[in-house]
Amino acid sequence: MSRRGWRNRGWVLFFLLPSAIPLVLFTAVPMVSSLWVSLHRWNLISPMEWVGVDNYTHLLRDPATRDVFAHTLLYCAGYLPLVFAGGLGLALLLNQRMPGRAFFRAAYFLPVVTSWVVVALVWKWLLNPNSGLVNSLLGALGAPQPGWWTDPAWALPAVILASAWKDLGFVMVIMLAGLQAIPQDVLEAARTDGAGAWQRFWRVTLPLLSPSTFFVVVISLINGFQVFDQVYVMTGGGPSGSSQVVVGQIYDLTFRYGRAGEASALSWILFAVILLITAVQVRGQRRWVHYA
Amino acid sequence: MPSLRTVLRWTAVVAGAAVMLVPFLWTVITSITPNGSLAGGPTLVVKDPTLAAYRELLDALPMWRIALNSFWIAAASTLFQLVTGSMAAYGFARLAFRGKGLVFGLYLATLMVPMQVLVVPLFIEMKTLNLQDTYLSLLAPSIASAFGVFLLRQAVESLPRDLDEAATIDGAGHLRVFTTIVLPLIRPALATVAVFAFMGSWNSFLWPLVVIRSPELMTLPLGLSTLQGQFTTDWDVVMAGSVFSILPIAVVYLFAQRHIIAGIAHTGIK
Repeated sequence: MSRRGWRNRGWVLFFLLPSAIPLVLFTAVPMVSSLWVSLHRWNLISPMEWVGVDNYTHLLRDPATRDVFAHTLLYCAGYLPLVFAGGLGLALLLNQRMPGRAFFRAAYFLPVVTSWVVVALVWKWLLNPNSGLVNSLLGALGAPQPGWWTDPAWALPAVILASAWKDLGFVMVIMLAGLQAIPQDVLEAARTDGAGAWQRFWRVTLPLLSPSTFFVVVISLINGFQVFDQVYVMTGGGPSGSSQVVVGQIYDLTFRYGRAGEASALSWILFAVILLITAVQVRGQRRWVHYA
Repeated sequence: MPSLRTVLRWTAVVAGAAVMLVPFLWTVITSITPNGSLAGGPTLVVKDPTLAAYRELLDALPMWRIALNSFWIAAASTLFQLVTGSMAAYGFARLAFRGKGLVFGLYLATLMVPMQVLVVPLFIEMKTLNLQDTYLSLLAPSIASAFGVFLLRQAVESLPRDLDEAATIDGAGHLRVFTTIVLPLIRPALATVAVFAFMGSWNSFLWPLVVIRSPELMTLPLGLSTLQGQFTTDWDVVMAGSVFSILPIAVVYLFAQRHIIAGIAHTGIK
């Protein structure tokens, strides 16, 4: 190889190694070893025992797996419409000149920079069945007061409420950027053609917003399937497993039940599900996402 | 006389702000309400405001140290990701080498692996290296991020090549071109990566929860989560802890608000 070639190779290593080494050590190696662990029975202490794909077949037959996936799916089904409608609503409200706009935008966005643990604790307190603010207000209105995180039927809705509240501002910012990218003359043209505000929204704004919508849906579902922090803090998966989600199950299998092999297998099943859902959305986007 | 539309719009805007801000207000109020009077729920006007909960918080956990941990770990991982990410971005955008497409593809693949897949083996790796319950283990997974590399590569690709070719003709090497031409021009992208890196580290919970045991090494989310009792919870102390951990980030947010929001919006348009 010529001297020039070696010099070039030197530069390539110089620029790439600082990122390649940590990515190999702390992502690639754990990834491969996670596959390896998933083919064993292992409690993190005694030697690993090869079981082949038993962990996978066992998990797929275990009703607990079905439950945690059902809870995760329910979480997404409750969270996504709330956060999307709310975020879009806030974006539409702020998408025009008005005094105090910067203040309101900042206020709506504040929960986004707050950590999940804080949000979960604050909402656990707000939704305290006996002395929480929400139930006090509901009581004052004469409405029924749910037991929230102490009631198996209300634990997941409590988590959904807190999560949607935190992420509203994120969706708002994405949608606001999308709204501002819509050319004004298109809306103007629709107006001169006699389209009312309602028609303009459904026929012009919403279709032109579809790239932002697509981004929000993809990101929300990827994050939604990985939900953990707020569940761990608010309900710990309870009462009696009613709000246990997939990642919570992975954590418990590893660190509470000493079934690291099964936990690794479950994490790969989750990864496969996320990849599948994302791939389906990317393929399906041609039908409804319009890039200007 | 304002139109009905304006009135409705303002009602919605203010109601929205109330929904977003009242929980924060409630957190502050609870933290200064005497513990004994919390049972019936706190009231808007606190009768005997007290800082007792904050004193109790500081007795229960080394909060100053924990807040400092959160800060310097977030700052360090941000710095690491900016350096490693921008260097890799330059390599991918400006250097020619065999297998570049494949290597970049592998980088992107790591982007898709969720932390949950990595957490068990990463924990075992740290245990084997005898690094569990150390700062290093806390920092390790966030030294480089493929997301940062991806975003920064886009930014470098979009710079006109004439610029660095002119500099090369003037005798500047890769290092000079990188530091004096490329870096200053990709500042907006660097800011976006910095926002994501800092927030990611600041909010991270699962990994610290798995790898850290000693209170002196905890970060704010982990420290806070330990305040919940097994059976009863002192909500005034927990809310004091929440105020304690919201305040620093709220101050950062106040000053960097425009950049943070612009950074997030920027990723959505792509």
